[in-house]
Amino acid sequence: MYQPLTQPNQKPQLRTFALLALITAAWFAAYNLIQPLADWISYSVFNLTRGSHVGDAVAFFLYDVPKIMLLLSGMIFLISILRSFFSPERTRALLGGKRQGIGNVLAAMLGIVTPFCSCSAVPLFIGFVESGIPLGVTFSFLIAAPTINEVAVVMLFGLFGWKVAGLYIASGLVIAIVAGIVIGRLNLERYVEDFVWKMQSNGVGLTEKPTWTERIERAWDSVKEIVYKVWPYVLVGIAIGAAIHGYVPESALVGIMGKQAWWSVPAAVLLGVPLYSNAAGAIPIVSALMEKGASLGTVLAFMMSVVGLSLPEVIILRRVLKPQLIAVFVGTVAFAIILTGYLFNLVL
Amino acid sequence: MIKIKVLGSGCANCKRLEATTRKVVEALGIEAEIEKVTDYAEIMKYPILSTPGLVVNEKLVAAGRIPSEAEITDWLKA
Repeated sequence: MYQPLTQPNQKPQLRTFALLALITAAWFAAYNLIQPLADWISYSVFNLTRGSHVGDAVAFFLYDVPKIMLLLSGMIFLISILRSFFSPERTRALLGGKRQGIGNVLAAMLGIVTPFCSCSAVPLFIGFVESGIPLGVTFSFLIAAPTINEVAVVMLFGLFGWKVAGLYIASGLVIAIVAGIVIGRLNLERYVEDFVWKMQSNGVGLTEKPTWTERIERAWDSVKEIVYKVWPYVLVGIAIGAAIHGYVPESALVGIMGKQAWWSVPAAVLLGVPLYSNAAGAIPIVSALMEKGASLGTVLAFMMSVVGLSLPEVIILRRVLKPQLIAVFVGTVAFAIILTGYLFNLVL
Repeated sequence: MIKIKVLGSGCANCKRLEATTRKVVEALGIEAEIEKVTDYAEIMKYPILSTPGLVVNEKLVAAGRIPSEAEITDWLKA
């Protein structure tokens, strides 16, 4: 009554930011402690010999697990904050009235930053198409959004470095743009289920502007949710990766997964399809395989197939797409991924 | 009596939203009818692009996320 109304809101906000600063400091301290701690436990506590199979595998595991978990939590937090400035509703508004070409490029880029879950693919597809966004542009979004997945990008960054993570993002964008343009050019509108075209426009949707405290709270929630979901895969994946790292001899895989083996790229894409949502487990294994002679193009093709060509999403999209369009969608994306794999094997 | 609808075709988040909503309704001790809407044609009658969605008395209040218990409490009281 006597106080200005802003007073009670400022305090929790300040507390949130103070807590955030504290957690950030703890994060950096922990990140710098991982290597010495992993070495100390492996070589002093367990008394393993440096350079031995067991020693290498254990040190690798003890270093990579906390590193990846810390990176995942930190980066997913930042990505979630960034994504809180975007929404499917805003993306639809931004894409409205854009032509093919420019529309595809914009859709693919927005696919990275728009919060999206493949379980929402149907309402999103209907909402986009019904508001007049071309089919090909909608597909550019639907290919980029799951392919350039935050868990995959963070893990690639943690285990391969920023160059490979960057290559992955760039090729994901190109694939989404090109596949979207191809699908758009083929004029496949008749292969969208008829009920989609009969739907009435349902308005602009919710437009909310969260406060900073809400952004931070929601970002924290998504960190908890994602970490809770992926940690078993990370653990198992890194354990297998560590075993490969310690026990498989150098360049043992050059013959079957190297550049010379032409069939390795399509085989990697086929192998990736059923591994949906296990990007977290697949990347550490693949990273160890690369160390033993698998080539980068093959590895990237495998990764994109794991996240970009997922069986559950195809099944969900079948509700709005006729089988012919599903086939074109899967075929175009698979072809583009295989091509990318060969390209990288050729160039790098 | 408040009419509440949870929009979504059975994904994990839709189930969590329904559970949270039931919890809030119980805590407030109000009379409410909670309906799960899983049919896409029905879901798309609301201005929604991502599930789960929450509808209170035919008004869409949240989409694409699981609101906190405090938020749901506010909507149910209003």
